[in-house]
Amino acid sequence: MTMTRATQAKLWYAQRLSAMVLAGCVIVHLGVIVYATRSGLSAGALLARTRGNVAFAVFYGVFVLACAVHAPLGLRAVAHEWLHWRGGAADAVWATFALALVATGMRAVYAVTAS
Amino acid sequence: MSASFAIRARSHPAWWAFAVHRVSGVLLALFLPLHFWALAQALDGAAALDAFLRFAERPWVRLAEWGLVVLLALHLTGGVRLLLIEFGPWRGLRKDWIAMTAGAGVVAGLAYALALTR
Amino acid sequence: MESTVDVRVWRGAAQGRFVRYEVPRRPSQTVLDVVTYVQRHLEPTLAYRFACRVGMCGSCAMTVNGVPRWTCRTHVAKAVRRGRLEIAPLAHLPVVRDLVTDMTAFFDKWARARGQFQGATSRAAPVARIAPETPQRRAVDAGIECIGCAVCYAACDVVRWRHDFLGPAALNRAWTLVNDVRDVAQAARLDAVAGDAGCHACHTQGACTERCPKGIAPTAGIAGLKRLTARAAVERS
Repeated sequence: MTMTRATQAKLWYAQRLSAMVLAGCVIVHLGVIVYATRSGLSAGALLARTRGNVAFAVFYGVFVLACAVHAPLGLRAVAHEWLHWRGGAADAVWATFALALVATGMRAVYAVTAS
Repeated sequence: MSASFAIRARSHPAWWAFAVHRVSGVLLALFLPLHFWALAQALDGAAALDAFLRFAERPWVRLAEWGLVVLLALHLTGGVRLLLIEFGPWRGLRKDWIAMTAGAGVVAGLAYALALTR
Repeated sequence: MESTVDVRVWRGAAQGRFVRYEVPRRPSQTVLDVVTYVQRHLEPTLAYRFACRVGMCGSCAMTVNGVPRWTCRTHVAKAVRRGRLEIAPLAHLPVVRDLVTDMTAFFDKWARARGQFQGATSRAAPVARIAPETPQRRAVDAGIECIGCAVCYAACDVVRWRHDFLGPAALNRAWTLVNDVRDVAQAARLDAVAGDAGCHACHTQGACTERCPKGIAPTAGIAGLKRLTARAAVERS
């Protein structure tokens, strides 16, 4: 099944929209990384800040979804151009990777906020 | 065409920006599942997460983490440049943003290195 | 100035090799002068293209030390590296012989991108009045001088990596027509240039814009096409 050009255009758009979301998320995340590293990287210290933190959960939930759109589409382009992987089978792999990122990412968010 | 000419033909800033953006993107994308797995250790309790964090104190892991922080800053800033080119008014290949991308990588690298030494 | 230049010229087709020639140096010598000297005095069977030899037609485009250029507008003094010149046919096109490429695919893609004007009036209609200062006309004017020399096509890595990629010249031409208010084939054109073989495969490497001898920036037009096609695809769904 070959993708229509209109679908390919929409995928490009999704990749750029997710990029815009990620631009904001990554700036915040870089700040969080530096702050957390300075404050001490022990499980106790980390989890004390994240457990029950709804804002944290919502923010990182959105971040995970944006990553799940953006990363597989990027890898798809690289694989097409440098490994010559293309077509329905390759697209199925990237779609699966996207779902895997959603599942493992949400699991990670849950792990540090709710478990 | 010899290899040196192949490199010479691509020796212009926008091409380097492309190369950095692609390599950083691939490495970050491959890292993501690892990152999610590591954080999910908290599902087995704080002790499980601590075990991972202790592993992460090894010098080579710290170095890899530092590299990823730099790659993230490079990919972010380079990505904003692309969004400006694709969605903003045409102002050329935005080589000022290429310089800012390098700068952002340096800033992020320094900030993280300093944070690690606290 | 050295008295000779050491030139390696591609002989053959897809299979072939670089053959060395020694060419006397002259002041203000161009790479086209060098190729012409080789053919006239050293190797009469050398095949190459040129026409105007003054930087107007684009026929003499070749790969000089790895970079696609108009050889009539490339001074040996500027291009030579350690006394050496390597001259090869333009990249990403089948080689007919020596320095001559088959440009069919390049122009086929131009047609596939709907790079032809389609109007709705006849010669009986009054002349269309197009104001030159509108943003659309400015966009057209910025790209209209393309003479189809294929330097951008040869410079682009996406052309190399994706065989069906329409390429910077075809997309630039489509952009000039997309902004032409007299053209009536816009919907079909936007569909033709969308997708993984069209504008959306461009990664803004900018080689086209860096190398275009006419100073055209295909990157700009391709960015414009990306926006228009994505919007059209979303609106239609």
